[in-house]
Amino acid sequence: MGTYIPNTKEEQLRMLHDIGYKDFDDLFKGIPDQAKIKGSLNFPEGKSEVQVSSIVSGMAEKNKVFGKIFRGAGAYNHYVPATVNAIGDKEEFLTAYTPYQAEISQGILQSIFEYQTMICELTGMDVSNASLYDGASAAAEACAMTLDRKRTTVYVSESVDHRVREVIGTYSFGRNTKVVLVPEADGATDLNALKEMIDADSSAACFLMQYPNFNGIIEDADQIASIVHGAKAQLIMSVNPIALGVLKTPGEIGADIVCGEGQPLGLGLAYGGPYLGILATTKKNMRKIVGRLVGETTDSQGERGFVLTLQAREQHIRREKASSNVCSNQALCALKASVYLATVGPKGLKQAATLCTSKAHYLASELEKAGLKLTYGGEFFHEFVTECPDSEKLLAALEEKDILGGLPLDGNRILWCTTELCTKEDMDEVAATAKEVFGA
Amino acid sequence: MKLIFERSVPGRGQDIFPECDVEVKLPESPLREKAPNLPEISENELGRHYTKLARASRGVNDGFYPLGSCTMKHNPRINEVMASLPGFTRIHPLQPADTVKGCTEVVDTLRKTLCEITGMDDMTFQPAAGAQGEFTGLLLIKAYHKSRGDEGRKEIIIPDSAHGTNPASAAMAGYDVVVIKSNEKGMIDLDDLKAHLGPQTAGLMLTNPNTVGLFDENILEITRLVHEAGGLCYYDGANLNAVIGIVRPGDIGFDVIHLNLHKTFSTPHGGGGPGSGPCGCKDFLAQFLPGKRVVNGEYTQAENSIGCVTGFYGNFLVMVRALTFLLTNGSDGVPELAKNAVLNANYMQEKLKDLYPVAYDTTCMHEFVMSLESIHKEKNVSALDVAKALLDFGIHPPTMYFPLIVDEALMVEPTETESREVLDNAIEAFRAIYKKIIDSPAAVAASPVTTPIKRLDEVGAARHPILKYDFSQEKAE
Amino acid sequence: MYDPKELKYSKSHEWVHYDGDDVIIGITDYAQDSLGDLVFVNLPEVEDELTAGEALGDVESVKAVSDIISPVSGKVTEINEELLDSPEKINEDPYGAWFVKVTDVEDTEELLDADEYDKFVKEEA
Repeated sequence: MGTYIPNTKEEQLRMLHDIGYKDFDDLFKGIPDQAKIKGSLNFPEGKSEVQVSSIVSGMAEKNKVFGKIFRGAGAYNHYVPATVNAIGDKEEFLTAYTPYQAEISQGILQSIFEYQTMICELTGMDVSNASLYDGASAAAEACAMTLDRKRTTVYVSESVDHRVREVIGTYSFGRNTKVVLVPEADGATDLNALKEMIDADSSAACFLMQYPNFNGIIEDADQIASIVHGAKAQLIMSVNPIALGVLKTPGEIGADIVCGEGQPLGLGLAYGGPYLGILATTKKNMRKIVGRLVGETTDSQGERGFVLTLQAREQHIRREKASSNVCSNQALCALKASVYLATVGPKGLKQAATLCTSKAHYLASELEKAGLKLTYGGEFFHEFVTECPDSEKLLAALEEKDILGGLPLDGNRILWCTTELCTKEDMDEVAATAKEVFGA
Repeated sequence: MKLIFERSVPGRGQDIFPECDVEVKLPESPLREKAPNLPEISENELGRHYTKLARASRGVNDGFYPLGSCTMKHNPRINEVMASLPGFTRIHPLQPADTVKGCTEVVDTLRKTLCEITGMDDMTFQPAAGAQGEFTGLLLIKAYHKSRGDEGRKEIIIPDSAHGTNPASAAMAGYDVVVIKSNEKGMIDLDDLKAHLGPQTAGLMLTNPNTVGLFDENILEITRLVHEAGGLCYYDGANLNAVIGIVRPGDIGFDVIHLNLHKTFSTPHGGGGPGSGPCGCKDFLAQFLPGKRVVNGEYTQAENSIGCVTGFYGNFLVMVRALTFLLTNGSDGVPELAKNAVLNANYMQEKLKDLYPVAYDTTCMHEFVMSLESIHKEKNVSALDVAKALLDFGIHPPTMYFPLIVDEALMVEPTETESREVLDNAIEAFRAIYKKIIDSPAAVAASPVTTPIKRLDEVGAARHPILKYDFSQEKAE
Repeated sequence: MYDPKELKYSKSHEWVHYDGDDVIIGITDYAQDSLGDLVFVNLPEVEDELTAGEALGDVESVKAVSDIISPVSGKVTEINEELLDSPEKINEDPYGAWFVKVTDVEDTEELLDADEYDKFVKEEA
């Protein structure tokens, strides 16, 4: 049995005697006997580190690590700079608690303040929180922020990732609020339908769009903003942070709340988590934002310092009246995202975004030559949907070549994704495989 | 300390990405007008910046961390090594099922082991944190009553000693919160419970041992009463470390639970997260579990699922760490966690209670609560002051002012991974502070004196919030 | 600033100033002193209907939040927006820092006069 308990059995017994207990049974006599487990637990006994390492490594080896990945749909295969995990693995960050004790937590508090600043810079918003769980739960919290007694209905575009929509649905089942789906047309939000629906509903609290959307398309956010604000509702933009390296920012567009999946910022694929929920808003909404916030202040000697602030919004003080129950967040992931952004800098971020989208356009045109037509006409960033005579057949052929192809949306459509890690050679191979399979 | 933005010099930076090997093409959509003010900094400067920040932070490896209710135990290194295996970190969540057999084995093995430990029949790992686990569990309760057409059950009963997440989660699940009192022994007041049970009761949320560190002696009676009234019993696993391997929530009447893998199961807190808050339940609730799950190597969807609470399968790498911990400790080692956690807490309580009165003078579980009410009245030294004085001894303060039912509370949870010497040192520190309270209370109130930063102006921070760096001040200089 | 001697008081430590048929509501010096440094106040919106005995808003200190109980039922005609930016005014000048003006007043809670309130506070302390 491996253990992390330092005291030996003899020491444990001496300590028990020292404080007046015969043995452990005596120590636990306050628990009624009927409540106690009879016999032992039914799973294997403990093992040495050598054995455990071998068992868990064995599990990891049962997975297939693809050399080339053309699948996104909410989880993106970006390069993780060497600095990210070197810094994220520092034990002072890794093993620290939430920085409630400011005097000995200035490092973590300052790193969160820097993260908040970077997210504001990236999105063009005024206030960012210290992080939420992931993009989907951040979207659900963003929607909840806009609800009040009169504004009770959430509008969500069909072009938003269905996983995000589902989480919003679950949260609204909790709060007994209404979610209305706005249909898409040609892969993007149907603007006429949006205007018609939201104008007619005085209970409309917000409209959530994705930017770029699930199909990869860059929606006409300026137009959407004017429709949504015309109906006195709030605009929530669910963003891809890498895309904001080049695209017009939600701040410039006039969004009220920004949420998003921060995974592309150096977090790796990790079979879906831990990822990073981004949440930012305007100064006007500052008191409504959920989750922790770090603020700048001074100490008794006048030195600059940082503290958790506006805590009276949160569950540990406001309890059932709090607007969210969030307590733990994804602080270490936020730290890694900051290190990512500081490592690549403004030029590197723009370069990453440019590489992603340039390659997507190249792959789209090569696939088109191989007979896989683009499904939609809109401008796209680094994802796009193509028609495909037989998705399964193509993806299986790609898998043979160590390539994880795009995500099959159904038997005849595939959602492709490129990142800076996709080389021209790899993309040519994908297109050649398509030609081979379909004999184009 | 300089902010990273203050170390930035235009034109500096690191070359991470290659030249584009295809034609450069940006979308014909509106583009951002101004580059973001991100740092421009060399790798060396970046590394030193974060090393400075790390030195100004405090992890479990820096010393004793007896933060009540948070179970700040040692985070084993092997967990980290396993969680960084490329066979886990480089797996796309939407890969074909036959290419992720290792990931599904991790999920399955962990699910079966935790079900055995808790006496539950099934579990979801989607919740990313304890609070989200609570929310999920309450939605299971809500879906259950709804499925039976029993829609009049609008109330969740919560003791006054509960964590703030409990009432906040209940409100998010659309419930009215009914607060019941604790009795003079710190346990649920049975009469008050009975008075509030009825056809409107959806369920009871309970932390056991509770937040004053006591195992409720009437637990079997409590869960029976709730069930008789038609409600369900929710177990908040925040304090499972006290009874793991000794008591199974499923055996004492609980229908649904959440666990905190970042407390009981040794995964690191990361300065606030990521955690993991799996939600377990009995068979009759499994039909409502969230979203797409891995069961016996297959992806399944519960037939009457409440829907997803996060995008994929939860914080997977945290699950790898917890599984590593459980394989290491095994069925024989798990009960030792609780035994030693309880022993260490009682050892400290016993050796301090002559100076610092405990809120409830009895055998505690894995943590105990001291009340500094009389010290505060007599010497004008508060729980906050004592907490700050501990900083000068290199000890992370206990949890302060919680639970709310104890005045001037300090809540101490040593955990099982601390040695006797560490406990003895902490006891000496507490006793030395007490002496100082008697001799020079003003000096205690002025603590800490050894930390790089002194007490901060929290009022100013909240009145006039500065929540991001102001780049315009830079230009003005 | 209103003259504390002329005001009426609730047992939950709000003060009420009568302005014809309308009332102005704030919190007492005792209340602000026990709450400590206030950092924010949540006020109702103009046109909101208040119910006597129910919260009209709340005040936040760094580590706590406390409801402000409306002593009257009625409709809000004006809120003191200055407090949203400068909550410290409540600590500095509790009898000047009014929260809301209310019209269509009905259903007033039983209120104390200045002497009675002084006595009540002394008993409670």
